[in-house]
Amino acid sequence: MGQTLAEKILSEHSGRAVKAGEFVIASVDVCLVQDGTGPLAVRQLQKINLERVAHPGKTVLFLDHAAPSPRKELSNDHMLLRRFARKTGAVLSEVGDGICHQIIPQDYLAPGDVHVGADSHTCTGGALCAFATGMGSTDVAIAMALGRTWFRVPETFKIQLMGRFPEGVYTKDLVLHLIGMIGADGATYKALEYHGKTVDEMKMFGRLTIANMAVEAGAKVGLFPSDDVTRDYLQEMGRGDAFRPISPDADAEYEKVIKIDVSKLEPTVSFPHTVDNTRTMSQVKEMDPIHIDQVVIGTCTNGRLEDLQVAASILKGKKRDKDTRLLIAPASRGILMAALKDGTLQTLLDANALILPPGCGPCVGVHQGALGDGETCLTTQNRNFVGRMGNPKGFIYLGSPATAAATALTGRITDPREVL
Amino acid sequence: MEKMKGKAWVFGDDISTDHIAPGRLFHLRSDLPELAKHVLEDADPEFATKMSKGDFVVGGNNFGLGSSREHAPTIIKIAGVSAVLAKSFARIFYRNSINVGLPVIICNTDGIEVSDELEVDIDAGVVHNLTKKTNISFAPLPKVMQKLLEDGGLLNHIDKYGDFNLD
Repeated sequence: MGQTLAEKILSEHSGRAVKAGEFVIASVDVCLVQDGTGPLAVRQLQKINLERVAHPGKTVLFLDHAAPSPRKELSNDHMLLRRFARKTGAVLSEVGDGICHQIIPQDYLAPGDVHVGADSHTCTGGALCAFATGMGSTDVAIAMALGRTWFRVPETFKIQLMGRFPEGVYTKDLVLHLIGMIGADGATYKALEYHGKTVDEMKMFGRLTIANMAVEAGAKVGLFPSDDVTRDYLQEMGRGDAFRPISPDADAEYEKVIKIDVSKLEPTVSFPHTVDNTRTMSQVKEMDPIHIDQVVIGTCTNGRLEDLQVAASILKGKKRDKDTRLLIAPASRGILMAALKDGTLQTLLDANALILPPGCGPCVGVHQGALGDGETCLTTQNRNFVGRMGNPKGFIYLGSPATAAATALTGRITDPREVL
Repeated sequence: MEKMKGKAWVFGDDISTDHIAPGRLFHLRSDLPELAKHVLEDADPEFATKMSKGDFVVGGNNFGLGSSREHAPTIIKIAGVSAVLAKSFARIFYRNSINVGLPVIICNTDGIEVSDELEVDIDAGVVHNLTKKTNISFAPLPKVMQKLLEDGGLLNHIDKYGDFNLD
């Protein structure tokens, strides 16, 4: 019997052919921690006198969640991570460099890698066909130190995509639709694998958005095959050597096959307070208008250059609604610079947007845009849980960069097809 | 393991790690006893003051979804909760709980109400609801996780053996 992508990669990393359901000890290629989870990881290693890393050049500590630090406690946490990097040779990604899930795929991951990170959206790396998954601080601390961790090999859901995206509909709408369909726990403990002609034609930025949200359906990993798109992306990032093609065996065994015709999709929004609480724009139009106090474009889900360009194309020559704040956080310094160079930033500033430093921005509720009591936010991030953006009395809606830009223009949740 | 006895505090479906350890308290992550005073604050603002040591947190489906923050199960444990019972758990929270030595039990929690007296026998795989006079059975943990929990969590396991010793 053939193997799924997850089975293939975990077989390579455990030295034997494994099937779904088995427990394995697997070697780990790339590790990340961030400033919310790294300090605990470091302290755990200190407790058992194991302050070392197995692969220093592929262990990266990110200062991205509270960057720059808004409080002395967090500044001290940053100092702890800087000291650990100096001591062990691990790489430090400084305040302003960007979000872990942007930097890791572009600079570190190779197809077929095993990648663990103390951040749930580590699954973003599945876009490059890496077995990439989030874990807690202690798990990642041990993986950093020993270069190994344990896994239960997951069963796989095959997501078969067909059709072309209609105008105004993006990969974000697709992944929200999928989560709405199967539920926030619809794929718990499972791997997702994306296939079909739609996938063959999907650029890396779109794949990263979809892989990023695998965990929002409960999944361990969201994998794309390594193909021409992967090769082109790695070449563009100056790492063409890292490429190798990987696909599942033709007779691989899937627990479930889910087919989606993307040509039938509409712009989709997740309503408060769970990601699977989705509505299509047709449904939204039948409701009373929903005023939005704050729009956020950015995060590890949708803070890439292409996302900012889509927003700029909608906002060009226009101004945001005067009662709707518009915050934009590029996912990395490189993206900020590219947006500066191609005029995207100018367009956004002309529309009265506020540009935040590269990083996680207001998504985690630490700083840079906490909601007031009863306030509403439409954001391109991946989560809308109670309290997510700093206030349990806030209401968070999730959508694509196009939906976010259209909403910033009108001040209410707006179908981007109306303003394109 | 010894039998655990305490009162049930009942929460609904989809309790996220943001409910348990909110992002706005990010700065307390390096002061876990202080963070524990806010445990589950965004699901029930008074929970930390109402509960007693040994009590149980009882959830519905998909308990612990969201962020990988290990601080979430850690502060539930520091607060004195003896175990979390739910119909299902999110993957990272489940694994983190075992790693920090917090028992997590997958069972049918439908019949459990606030303040029910529960007795949990992990070895026998049964929850006795002493108030309702009912028994709820549950499947044992996978062997790997049993071993980690017995060793007092992942850190102690690695400290003891110098490596994974899960076979």
